[in-house]
Amino acid sequence: MRFTALSAPSAARAAWVTLAAVVVALLLCALIFVFYGVSPGTVYGTMLRGTLGDSTGLAEVARRTIPLLLIGSGLALAFRAQFFNIGAEGQLLLGAVFAAGTGLFVPLPGPLLLPAMFIMGAVGGGLWAGIAAWLRRLNVNEILSTLMLNYIAVAVVTYLIAGPWKGKEVRGYIYTDLFPENGFLAVIPGTQVHWPTLVLGVAGALALQWVLSRSTFGYALRVVGENPGAARYVGLSAGRVATTVALITGGMAGLAGAGEVAGIHHRLLEAGQLSLGYGFTAVIVAWLARGNPALCLITAPVMAIILAGGDLLKIDLNMPFRVVDVFSGVILLCLISSEVFIRNRVTWGTGRPAGSKANG
Amino acid sequence: MTQSVTQTKQTNSSPPALRLRGITKRFPGVVANDNVDLTVDAGEVLALLGENGAGKSTLISILYGLYQPDEGTVELRGQPVRVTSPAQALKLGIGLVPQHPLLVARHTVAENLALGGGSGLFPARGVAGRVRELSGKYGLEVNPQARVSDLSPGEKQRVEIVRALMRGAQVLILDEPTSVLTPQEADALFRVMRELKADGRSLIFISHKLDEVLAVADRVTVLRRGKVVGGRDTAGATREDLAEMMVGRSVDFTRKRLAAARPETPLLTVRNLTALGARGLPALRGVSFELRQGEVLGVAGIAGNGQSELVEVLAGLHASGGEVTLAGQPLTGNADERFRGGVAHIPEDRIHSGTVPTMTVAENLALRDYARAPLARGLARDLAATDARARQDVEAYAVATPGIHTPSRLLSGGNIQKLILARELNGSPKLILAVHPTYGLDIGATDQVHRVLLERTEGGAGVLLVSEDLDELLSLSDRIGVMVGGELRGPFPVAEVTRESLGMMMGGAHPTVIPGADQGVIA
Repeated sequence: MRFTALSAPSAARAAWVTLAAVVVALLLCALIFVFYGVSPGTVYGTMLRGTLGDSTGLAEVARRTIPLLLIGSGLALAFRAQFFNIGAEGQLLLGAVFAAGTGLFVPLPGPLLLPAMFIMGAVGGGLWAGIAAWLRRLNVNEILSTLMLNYIAVAVVTYLIAGPWKGKEVRGYIYTDLFPENGFLAVIPGTQVHWPTLVLGVAGALALQWVLSRSTFGYALRVVGENPGAARYVGLSAGRVATTVALITGGMAGLAGAGEVAGIHHRLLEAGQLSLGYGFTAVIVAWLARGNPALCLITAPVMAIILAGGDLLKIDLNMPFRVVDVFSGVILLCLISSEVFIRNRVTWGTGRPAGSKANG
Repeated sequence: MTQSVTQTKQTNSSPPALRLRGITKRFPGVVANDNVDLTVDAGEVLALLGENGAGKSTLISILYGLYQPDEGTVELRGQPVRVTSPAQALKLGIGLVPQHPLLVARHTVAENLALGGGSGLFPARGVAGRVRELSGKYGLEVNPQARVSDLSPGEKQRVEIVRALMRGAQVLILDEPTSVLTPQEADALFRVMRELKADGRSLIFISHKLDEVLAVADRVTVLRRGKVVGGRDTAGATREDLAEMMVGRSVDFTRKRLAAARPETPLLTVRNLTALGARGLPALRGVSFELRQGEVLGVAGIAGNGQSELVEVLAGLHASGGEVTLAGQPLTGNADERFRGGVAHIPEDRIHSGTVPTMTVAENLALRDYARAPLARGLARDLAATDARARQDVEAYAVATPGIHTPSRLLSGGNIQKLILARELNGSPKLILAVHPTYGLDIGATDQVHRVLLERTEGGAGVLLVSEDLDELLSLSDRIGVMVGGELRGPFPVAEVTRESLGMMMGGAHPTVIPGADQGVIA
């Protein structure tokens, strides 16, 4: 097996390699299920029937698409600037904290409360990512700082719901009181699909795509991400670009957090219930979209199917709850490995490059 | 240029330790090595001499298995071999001491050396004894327990030598080993090299410094524009001989600069400029000069003597002390502000700073003013205007590209350089900083770059031309200065310098002894 570098890998090639990587990942997972003792057919059948097969399933997929879309499109932008934010989980939690704080404690006239909660959610998420951006200027790697800020965010949430914000009517539970009715976001009746956040996500993904491809900031962001040397040469401040990108990606995650508390839970509760690992799954959403926020409109639902389907596996097939992580892990691994197939042509054989297999 | 360079002092009939025959390596738009022949005997030090871009690095990369030659063969002790990777090179007994040591700073010397070579548990233990043995034998003074982060550059280099020796290297390539050393450390290195030579190993020594070559090498082979252009024994050779060979004479040497500058109006005044280099050491030590309107001021010098810093300071990319004025106004601000103030910069590294290789030709042409009208309206880029101007530029500068939406990395070096010229000379710059503007370009592209620069001087622009190609400097400049150790010698009117005198100043380890330098006249 030999690799020959391609001078100009096409978008079509990227698309089919990405698709192939997902298929390979599903096959690998199938193998794991065989060893676990469940027929892969049963597993995938259950997942598809339970997600795309009926309206309840579709609603579950939609519910999970919302945070994945918001976070994923922000991450796609950040990855283009080489700002590797893997702390969206923490940024989502901080967004939820700021939104919940607004909902619980800020007396605002009815129609203003929800917008205020979303704005504060974006501010919270942005601030959390902003810490990492500031640390990066002091030469602290943002992969480490955003990752570790996740744990601090979990601790912040736990402290608030068990301490100062603990609800007065909740007895032994640790969560806050419910928001006033004005802080409840509209949902599609009979589901947990808080559609205003979904609309926000679609608009956000399209807006960020515009920023990336049409705005002067998007151009600067790509120069910084694709060639820092050229950015320095024309006097572009890489630090300023990274900070702005951090605020955007953190803000998007914060919006997702606000959506979760306003649309589903209506109170601040434990981190593990607020986010089902959206921050990490969204990394895959962004990676699948190859850094194009608009493509998250496709990749976010795909990952949502896997998240929702994974839940069914726990319930219907009694599989361990970590099964979703297995999916995510294998898919990410396959995606990262597939990079080499996008950039190179593969020739099979022992000897020289293609065409001269004289003595094979 | 038909000197017999492959001829070696064959004391017996055994084949040379290493022989390259007809090595040719092409990169898009550049022939990096053109039919290169070279031999090294056992117990011999061969110096490989040549300017930047002469093809030395490519040749080493081929020897060490990083590149495959397009044509030609490598023979070890008479046997043809294929070096497909550095691991293979080591197996064959070819070791490389890189210019910048590749060591794990937090580990000890022994642990570093055990990497990839040791075995089993506690790999570093077995290594320590071997390190002491080699260290003692060749006077390397390497302590296996020392932590790499505590070592000086010279010590790290000796660790690299030990590494190569431990892998059984019979042919040892030293890539500009003295560039990171103090004179004392360099002397110590030369003692080690003599020991290795006495032990029957073959050494290939790459350097710009003529004194060093004379001090340590037995023989020298000179590369120029990818070709071997000369070679001789160092015994009896003088620095002048080597300088002449290195600098060479191009057959079609003509002075392109015909009209004399109007030397009345000063354009750029630089007073007592100081700056620190990458390692915190002084890179500019009080540089002063004046560049006049319509003048081409050439700056000669061997890489690393402060030319890069000088240009970066003027372009607003590097902090400095001292005073700079452009057309009477203090020159301040960041790179963007200076560009708008009339400072164009054709950078040294056209791939890594001059362009964004993944972006399209049109996007790269917009790199300087993507955020300003007419290429932008408010926060939005005007893609139609960007494309329209790109089409104009591509046509005006004859950039050969499949289209304006082709990523610039698919262009040849010459066309990338044309793209940069088009972008930098948009709007009429007062000062053009051109660094190695024709490095690696073919004759046609070189000619075009020269023509464009000279045209601009006729409109009153001043050009600061930094180049290691003395032919280029002599052909274009009105005056030429030489950067040595962060100081500028001269500038001297071009009529008063020769290729040889410049070569001497560039290569001299002790530039202050050049006779006549103080008077501004070089014999």
